[in-house]
Amino acid sequence: MQKNKLGQIWEVISRNQIIIPFAALLLLALFNLIADPSFFRITLNENANGDPVLSGNLISIIDSGSELAILAIGMTLVTAASGGQDISVGAAIAISGSVLLRVLCGSDSRSETLQAPIIVAFLIACVVSMLFGAFNGALVAYFKIQPMVATLILFTAGRSVAAWINNNELPIVKDPSFSYFGNYIPGIPVPAPFLIAIACFVITWLVLKFTTLGLYVQSVGINEKTSRLNGLNPEFIKLLTYVLLGLCVAVAALIKVSRISTINYSVVAKDIEMDAILAVALGGNALSGGKFNMAASVLGAYVIQFLTTTLYKFEVNATALPAYKAVVVILLVVLSAPTVREKLTALGKKLRRNDLPAEKT
Amino acid sequence: MKIKKLAAILVSTLVCAAMLTGCAGGNSGSSGNSGGLIKVGIINNDPNESGYRTANDKDLKEAFSKENGFDASFAYSLKNDEQITYAQKFIQDEVDYLLLSAADTAGWDGVLKEAQDAGVKVILFDRTVDADESLYEASIVSDMEKEGQTAVDWLKNQNLDKYEVIHIQGVMGSAAQKGRSGALDAAAQEDSSKWSIVAQQTAEWNAEKAQQIVQSVIDSGKSFNVIYAENDDMAKGAVAALDKANISHGVGKDVIVMGFDCNKWALEELLKQNWNYDGQCNPFQSEYIREVIQKLENGEKLDQKTIIMNEKGFDASTITQEDVDKYGI
Repeated sequence: MQKNKLGQIWEVISRNQIIIPFAALLLLALFNLIADPSFFRITLNENANGDPVLSGNLISIIDSGSELAILAIGMTLVTAASGGQDISVGAAIAISGSVLLRVLCGSDSRSETLQAPIIVAFLIACVVSMLFGAFNGALVAYFKIQPMVATLILFTAGRSVAAWINNNELPIVKDPSFSYFGNYIPGIPVPAPFLIAIACFVITWLVLKFTTLGLYVQSVGINEKTSRLNGLNPEFIKLLTYVLLGLCVAVAALIKVSRISTINYSVVAKDIEMDAILAVALGGNALSGGKFNMAASVLGAYVIQFLTTTLYKFEVNATALPAYKAVVVILLVVLSAPTVREKLTALGKKLRRNDLPAEKT
Repeated sequence: MKIKKLAAILVSTLVCAAMLTGCAGGNSGSSGNSGGLIKVGIINNDPNESGYRTANDKDLKEAFSKENGFDASFAYSLKNDEQITYAQKFIQDEVDYLLLSAADTAGWDGVLKEAQDAGVKVILFDRTVDADESLYEASIVSDMEKEGQTAVDWLKNQNLDKYEVIHIQGVMGSAAQKGRSGALDAAAQEDSSKWSIVAQQTAEWNAEKAQQIVQSVIDSGKSFNVIYAENDDMAKGAVAALDKANISHGVGKDVIVMGFDCNKWALEELLKQNWNYDGQCNPFQSEYIREVIQKLENGEKLDQKTIIMNEKGFDASTITQEDVDKYGI
């Protein structure tokens, strides 16, 4: 009987997608708990402006991982619909952030006051970012170019475009209210990026729950022809996912440039596209498209940040850092790969089948 | 069929256009030469690469203008093979001087030999190449070790009771990282009773990563009193983490903040005494290059092939607005 239950639990575990990033999270947490329990200490302090802020490693994780979580939302949709990934999100963040600063600072990159309200600048950045998303989406959906090749264009050119938008200057926003989005809103001790990420996630969740977007995206990803026969427009849906990713990029860019109130075109959000794809993979989503689990991707993003913060905490040698990260990532990705999951499910079934006759006797 | 034809027309138009622009480029070059100007071909890295490169490119453009007696053509690439192609083109255009900031150190022997045979004088700036010294006239470079040493000497002169340093490194293996890390490592080893490196990590020139690294040191409750960041961006990220934790920084405060590269905004932070030190990485090589060209034109001999530029370190307590305007990039 006990063994039977074990088999059942095993099956549930191996079937449910979110278990994998969750298990990874637990594993990392357990490792930290054993190595140094003070990792989990959270304290309430005041920052330089005299506002109360929470601080501690866990807070750092939910703070720094938020841009990645927001990108993971868009990347999951793109992956599910088009069966490929957008590798230009880092460059797109540079463009979007550059537009944001250009509107805020006007022609004077050292202006003391804001030249436009932040909301206006943000909306313009959203529009620009969505246009670039639409560009990628159109190449993928209508010209049937491999997503990785199509987005390679922007990946290569994006950072130069970003520099060009601001005449190669590095604008600095001096107004303190602009820094709220990447740091703390006065009076609220939880980091603002985390609040923004939660808001994005809730909105996405509501959209997926109350509209047919999720269903359409998955059906296009599973079989384009069948979905067309069922009256869907696969091209439009693919395009839509890239535009939505563009929106996510604009939100992430707002946080990124707000953190330090300026931008550096060549290094801002560097390599974030790889982490975003990794988040989707860690969430156990098939990178070839089809079914997806949004929550698992978002959790995957925070797992990546958890790993980064853990490595910083343990002061891994700078030259060895990527190697450590790679080892953990390989482990996690292999475990969350759909084929491995199938094997594990089969193993669970076998466990149960073996149990049944044993029970009868 | 139709598409094929269309494609053929398109391609042939493109080829024609390319040839025309090629001719146009050549024409303007030769007409410049006849005006008694010194003809230089300048191969540089992409000016968008960094603020340093932007300043470097701007400086060269201003120095090698028509008013100053030069006819300059510029070519940019971050790739070695493309740069070599540009070099060959400049040699064919019969430039007098070829100024080169190589993307990569290897692979230049052949084309430099070609230049020598064609009577083109080569001057390297900013970066050296792995080629025989006889193949170029001069090499004008920054000494990253010296930059690091100047900064560490400054830090030693602060006479702190103890030095607990957070060391934020650039991209591992880059010349700037090696030079700037080397001096600090040596100082820490030399006097380990007073010096300790609290944390040493690469932020890959990235402000946000630097912020996370410093945040993680703060979260683990370790004490520190110096932040040694290998460029301004990373120093800025580190300061953001300090502000979050309400740790005071700057002149006469709890933590000493050090950066490199002398961005204008960074020097402004020094002026406000929020930071303590900023080391220069001099992008203004044009005056050195012009001096070399002047000597060569007069038939003089150069004292040495490798010319190391003067690089300053700015202290927040002595910096002035003029320094910010003059040296800020």
